[in-house]
Amino acid sequence: MTRAEAAPAAPARAPRRRSGQWAAWLFLAPVVIYLVAFYAYPLYRNLDLSLRHYTVRSFVQGDAPFSGLDNYRTVLDNATFWPALLHTVVFTGVSLVFQFSIGMVLAIFFAQNFKLSATLRALFLVPWLLPLIVSASTWSWMLNSDSGVVNFALKAAGIDPVNWLTSPTWALTSVIIANIWIGIPFNLVVLYSGLQAIPSEIYEAAALDGAGGWQRFWRVTFPLLRPVSAITLLLGLVYTLKVFDLIWIMTKGGPTDSSTTFATWSYKLGFGTLVPNFGPGAAVGNLLIVLALIFGLLYIRVQRRQVS
Amino acid sequence: MTLPRRGLRALAALSVAACLVAACSNDTSKGTETATAGGTYTIWDPYPQFDDSSDWVKLLTKCGTDAGVTVKRTGFDTTDLTTKALLAAQQGNSPDVLIVDNPVVSTLAEAGVLTTTEDTKIDTSAVEPNLLAAGQVDGKTYGIPIGANTLALYYNKKILDAVKVDPATIKDWASLTAALQKVKAAGKKGITFSAIGTEEGSFQFLPWFWGSGAQLTQLDSAQGVAALTLWTDWLKNGLAPNSVLNNTQTTSWQEFASGNFAFSENGTWQLANAKKTGFEYGIIPIPSQAGGTAPAPTGGEFVTAPVQNDKGKYATTTKLISCLSSNENALATDTTLSYVAATDAVQAKQVAANADLKVWVEAVRAAKGRTSDNLGTKYPKISEPMWTGFQAALSGSKSPQDAFAAAQTTAASATK
Repeated sequence: MTRAEAAPAAPARAPRRRSGQWAAWLFLAPVVIYLVAFYAYPLYRNLDLSLRHYTVRSFVQGDAPFSGLDNYRTVLDNATFWPALLHTVVFTGVSLVFQFSIGMVLAIFFAQNFKLSATLRALFLVPWLLPLIVSASTWSWMLNSDSGVVNFALKAAGIDPVNWLTSPTWALTSVIIANIWIGIPFNLVVLYSGLQAIPSEIYEAAALDGAGGWQRFWRVTFPLLRPVSAITLLLGLVYTLKVFDLIWIMTKGGPTDSSTTFATWSYKLGFGTLVPNFGPGAAVGNLLIVLALIFGLLYIRVQRRQVS
Repeated sequence: MTLPRRGLRALAALSVAACLVAACSNDTSKGTETATAGGTYTIWDPYPQFDDSSDWVKLLTKCGTDAGVTVKRTGFDTTDLTTKALLAAQQGNSPDVLIVDNPVVSTLAEAGVLTTTEDTKIDTSAVEPNLLAAGQVDGKTYGIPIGANTLALYYNKKILDAVKVDPATIKDWASLTAALQKVKAAGKKGITFSAIGTEEGSFQFLPWFWGSGAQLTQLDSAQGVAALTLWTDWLKNGLAPNSVLNNTQTTSWQEFASGNFAFSENGTWQLANAKKTGFEYGIIPIPSQAGGTAPAPTGGEFVTAPVQNDKGKYATTTKLISCLSSNENALATDTTLSYVAATDAVQAKQVAANADLKVWVEAVRAAKGRTSDNLGTKYPKISEPMWTGFQAALSGSKSPQDAFAAAQTTAASATK
């Protein structure tokens, strides 16, 4: 985008100003049409869906009456709203903290380049390479109350089995654990490549100045990794906010709403029942977009402050 | 960069863009045109497991050839099909024949997507009335069932013999629970079913709910709560595993197939798998609370004809549907799908060919459509609070009474 936008500005001072601008717009046309058709229009449709009262009949006939913010009110008044918001925040927050810190520890560990480190690092990427449906189904088998391997191990260790996926107190924890496992490779890879970019002279200098391992991490690695960390966390946040498949496969958001997040709730409203509630479903989806947008803006702000 | 070259590229870019836009608008108009002129009829079904070499697709092709048209068939995932059908109707390119799960028929009918059998002159007189009822709204019929399935109890003969329980004596809830207790005392597991928080869970709960005499219009009636208490107590007393909360009918079947369970609530479609388990099994109807066979919900699909802009197509569509639901073809299809036929005549043939099906035919005769009793599109709005309710009770977060009281409040406000 930025390169394309720069194009019309340059020939603006040239003598053949008009034709240059036209050509520039023509160059822009494909990307503009693409953006409008695949991004702007769907967003507009989602907004439109959330502002109308849809029944199956009016969805097909296309004559749904405008209902203002009714759908948002329905969603807000719904008993699921506050639990779902809380679960979304907890799911995202806890997942991010663990994914990031474990990813960081592993990245530093592997940055030492010992024998077999490349092989081991490759092994850590497995969760990332597996299709989500495979890993989520495997988790749900492992955590099965009666025949799961986790409860089998607990039993062998003399601990009472836990209803991981079927008790309201554990369901959210279970999906968070699975999600952390899936998210670690991403953090590992990005942070690892960030570490490679830190010149080793700085470490040498720090070591000469008498900095210990701990100090080198807090005073060299961590500050120099800050830009990479920020983008890792932001991407992680957006990925985690919209995690749907994992939760849906493992618990369907249940039992009752105990592991429902905005993403699964939106799907359930829109497609999870025999009669779709497109309006409220779209409303929840929009709230999710707004949530991601707020954090995106926050990131840009933090980044600007860093630059200045 | 010289100017002429730049202009050329711009032109190329423009033509690409123009193509994109033109192609978009062209496509939709062309789609309907060729369909009318070329004699191609589209069929959508929820059987993605069948490919072009299967008997089912061969039958579709043959019915098309007999009617003098080409058939273009697409198989969808069941859960996808409702949304796909609604979207297609919105875009004005519905398939000519749509084979769809029976509780969805009333929703699509409500949306104005389907023609009535009056419009298309499809003969439904031979179909069992209790099966046809699932596709009827306000006295109008919106399709014809291709076959039906329902639920019953599979039992593991070896386990019941070991605890000296004669399955024939299980006639009501009390005798079933007593049998489960004996099984548990012998160190085996009692019963497995699917109580997952989706329509599948509601489907499995309904035989017990209806078997208590409860009505879907009043979830928190004493009978409704009794049915939920039955399930909750089974879990609490270890007669059913806690995993039922997350079980689909397939995973619940896998538990039964492991050989450790005495009973499994499951459907006709598992019959072929039952033969592969390696242990002797039997089937009894699901008992009602007071005794006798409980009405189980009917499963299975309806063949429907979505509304077309070109009314002239209906005559051929009717030929296609009549071909699919004709006695001999229905027999072949229902055998492939492991369904019970929708007509008396074909049911008799099925039992003659396979005596195992006798229990199922009886169960189907006692069965009831979920959208029957003129509930229609209200059913989904009741079903969701119902599954939320039993999940709450089974997971222990609410008592059965409180869970269904809350469910009834939600259902009542949703169906108002």
